[in-house]
Amino acid sequence: MNLQSFRENAWNGLWKQNPGLAQLLGLCPILAISTSMVNAVSLGLATILVMAVANLAVAALRNLIPYEIRIPVFILIIAALVTIVDLSFNAYLHELYLVLGIFIPLIVTNCIVLARVEAYAAKNDPISSTVDGVMMGLGLVWVLAVLGGLRELIGSGTLFTGIEMVIPGLSPLNVLGDDYPGFLLAILPPGAFFALGCLIALFNWLNARAAARGRARPAAVTPAPAAASAAP
Amino acid sequence: MSARYTATHTSLRTAAIMVLFTVVFTTVMSATYNATRPAIEASAQQEKMRLIDEVLTPGSYDNALLDDYVDVGPTPQLGLTDGGRIYRARRADAPAALVLEAIAPDGYAGRIQLVVAVSADGHLTGVRATGHRETPGLGDYIDPKKDRDKAHPWIGQFAGVSLDDVAPAQWKVRRDGGHFAYRVGATISARAVTHAAGRALDYAVANRDALFAAPAGSRL
Repeated sequence: MNLQSFRENAWNGLWKQNPGLAQLLGLCPILAISTSMVNAVSLGLATILVMAVANLAVAALRNLIPYEIRIPVFILIIAALVTIVDLSFNAYLHELYLVLGIFIPLIVTNCIVLARVEAYAAKNDPISSTVDGVMMGLGLVWVLAVLGGLRELIGSGTLFTGIEMVIPGLSPLNVLGDDYPGFLLAILPPGAFFALGCLIALFNWLNARAAARGRARPAAVTPAPAAASAAP
Repeated sequence: MSARYTATHTSLRTAAIMVLFTVVFTTVMSATYNATRPAIEASAQQEKMRLIDEVLTPGSYDNALLDDYVDVGPTPQLGLTDGGRIYRARRADAPAALVLEAIAPDGYAGRIQLVVAVSADGHLTGVRATGHRETPGLGDYIDPKKDRDKAHPWIGQFAGVSLDDVAPAQWKVRRDGGHFAYRVGATISARAVTHAAGRALDYAVANRDALFAAPAGSRL
């Protein structure tokens, strides 16, 4: 693992192959849990943990797993890890477990976990695989955070509701004031589709713009500041 | 092709590997289960007590409430189709209050699970919704955590009310000619909770002596 491949893993996970925006894997938690930022990020962090450990375990054991039965074994490993995370959350972060409890088992069926195990960890060394798991997880977390924040802000006018369950002492922000009537649609499932659709559109637009620039000025080594300010 | 690669051999070998993985990971899971079990049980108890503390003043009884319970079978008056549990609070061995599980079957989005506490002198000391699927931002004000009026949550109006104050027939929302307030735009949730609270109070008062007399842990 050198700096170059670390960068590549990070770039793939956080942007280029972002699980929430580009690979579109793991939509189940994205849509179900992103009603508030704290819920979204908490489940995201649990997913990072599972992905990192699953990738590490599979990469370490990859030479012992026969190719023909790799999928049952992968599922077994992922299911065991999710069970451990589920029990640990219940035991040590009980308040949060009351909120996320029904979603944690769903990490097993989150396609992104199996996808990274199959596509990356089964073919690479344990360290790069762990990095890949963490980066893909972080990519999912930031999308979840933006989506959760957006839906919470539009839906109920607050941010960080429930933060006191994760970090005692902190309190939620009431951004839009007590008079904000709320916008129910943003909290309900259709709101998740609308918000995610807008995010994917923005993501594709940014990528298309970057690609167009790359074609227009292939010789440019450093981007000119003037070009940036000219953009809308 | 040597005999080593027959189908039987391959499948046996693969199955053995599969079993090995299963054994290893099952061991890891059971170890975690055993390690976390005490903490999980403790927090489940704590959670129950926290809920009971909301409906019944913690200092008003001195027995181990969670150990002093009776189970009841299906009880239509409490809306319990599968039965439920009733905790008995006592002070110096004298009856202090009953904490009942109840279900309002007619919420806007199905059943609303409630916990209702009734003091031995027939006053309702508190009601809380423990499980419901009422519309977020609309009918969910039955849960004081979701109620916008934090100072005087809607569900607080039931505390301290007895059947002498409000006759059983008056346990309705004002819109139906009853005694209790509701929020405009979401009457159904309020109506369901009000009816269920009234019925639970009625049940607790009528069956008080039998409920307190039954041995702890018994089934009525």
